[in-house]
Amino acid sequence: MGTGRAAFILLGKELRTELRARELLNATIMFGLVVVVLFSFAFDPTAAESRRYGPGLLWIAFLFAGSLMLHPSFAREQANDTLSALRLAPISSFAILLGKMFANLIFMSLAEIVLVPVFAVLYNVSLAGVVGRLIAILLLGTLGLVVTGTVFSAISAHARMRELLLPLLLFPILVPLLIAAVEATSALFAEQPALDRTWISFLAGFDIVFLTAAWLLCDYLFEE
Amino acid sequence: MGVSQTQPHLGVVFERVEKRYGGIVALRQVSLEVRAGECVALLGPNGAGKSTLLKMAALLVRPTSGRVSFSGAAAATPAALKQHMGMVGHHTFLYEEFSAEENLFFFGRLYGIPGLPTLVAAALKDVGLTARAGDLVRTFSRGMRQRLGIARALLPRPSLLLLDEPTTGLDREGVAWLARTLESLRRDDCTILMSTHTRNETLGIVSRAVCLAAGRVDRDSGYGGDPRPLLAGIGAEA
Repeated sequence: MGTGRAAFILLGKELRTELRARELLNATIMFGLVVVVLFSFAFDPTAAESRRYGPGLLWIAFLFAGSLMLHPSFAREQANDTLSALRLAPISSFAILLGKMFANLIFMSLAEIVLVPVFAVLYNVSLAGVVGRLIAILLLGTLGLVVTGTVFSAISAHARMRELLLPLLLFPILVPLLIAAVEATSALFAEQPALDRTWISFLAGFDIVFLTAAWLLCDYLFEE
Repeated sequence: MGVSQTQPHLGVVFERVEKRYGGIVALRQVSLEVRAGECVALLGPNGAGKSTLLKMAALLVRPTSGRVSFSGAAAATPAALKQHMGMVGHHTFLYEEFSAEENLFFFGRLYGIPGLPTLVAAALKDVGLTARAGDLVRTFSRGMRQRLGIARALLPRPSLLLLDEPTTGLDREGVAWLARTLESLRRDDCTILMSTHTRNETLGIVSRAVCLAAGRVDRDSGYGGDPRPLLAGIGAEA
C-alpha cells in the first residue's frame, strides 16, 4: 500500500478518535485562550505595543498549546500497544508519522482559527487586508511545529516522564522557527504591512528540512 | 479464516540473534529455524526471551546482533512480509474508543484487504461477537477483547502466525475455540510460533517445542521430533 493512502487511512482514524473523544482540540483551544487572555491582562498593551509584542505572544501561545496537543499524539497509542499494531501492518513507518502529522496540522489549524480572532480583539490588532498573508505564515509556522512536534512525540512516547520530555526536546529545536514566525508576523502587523520573504523562505526551509529528516529517520523512531 | 491459496508459506530463521536493552540481555546467540507449516511452542519462564523472539519475527524488534530471515517469501521487503503475518501480543492491539467492527475495518484497510464487509462479518461471527459488533471495545471483557484481538490477527489470512500467550483472558470455551482455529490453520499449512508457560488445549496441535531459558535455547524437540516430553514439563493453566 502506498504511503499516501496509508496516511489517509490513519488520518481518518485520528479524526474519528478526536470527534468521539473531543479531548485534544478542546484542551488546546482552552489552553491557548487562557494564555492569550492572561497575557492581555498582564500587559494591557496599547496598539503600538501590540504590534511590537503581539506576534511573540501569539506564537508562544501556539507553541504552548501545540506542545499540549502533540504529547498525546503517540502517547495514546500506548494504551493497548496499538502502535505495535500499526507497525505490524504492511505500511511504511513514514505513513504512520504522516497520518499523525496531517491530523495534528488540522487540529492545530482549527485551534488557530479560534485563537487568532480572539487575539486580534484583545490586542487591538487589525487583520483587515492581511488575512491571506497571515494564513500563509500560520500555515508554514504550524507545519514546522507539527512536523517536529509529531517526531518528538514519537520519540518521547516510550520514555518515563514523557510529559516533561516533549517540551524539553521540542522547545529548543523550535527556537529558529519561533524567531522566523514572529518576525514574519511582526512585519505583517506593522503600520505598513508587508510579507517578509526572507523569513517566509526560512519557515519553508525549516519545514522541508525537518520533513525530510523525519522521512529519513522514521524507521528508527518507533524502535523499542 | 484459513490461509489464502495465493499466500506464500513463510518460515522464519533466527541466526545467532542477540538482543540487549541497555544492560539487560533478552536473547543470547539464539539460532532457530522454524520451517513453513510447523507449529512451534516456545516454552520457558517469564523473562526467558519468548516475547522478544516473537517480536523479532514480527519485525517489531531489530536484533542487536545476528540475523532474522524468512523462507518462502518471493518479495523480501518488510512491508511485503508483514502482509503475510499476523500477531497476537501481550496487549490486545485494539482501539478502546472504537467498536469491534470499526477496529477490524480499520486494520483491514491498512492491510488493503478486499471484500472487507463480508470478511469482517465472518470474523465477528467466528469469534462470537456479532451481537456486540457495534459496541465500543472498552465495554468488552478481557476474554472478548482477546477473541477480537485474535480475529484482528487472522483477518489478513496470515501464513505466519505469531502468538504471545494467546490464551490470556480466555475461558475454557474460548481456549477450545482457539485450539480449533489453530488446528484449521495448521491444516492450511500456516506456520505458527506460539509462546506459552501454561498447559492448555492449544498445545495439542504443536509439532515442535522449544524451551528458552535466560535468553538461550535450552532444549528443542527438533523438526519432526516428539514435543510431548517438553510439553509435559509445563504447568497446568490456573
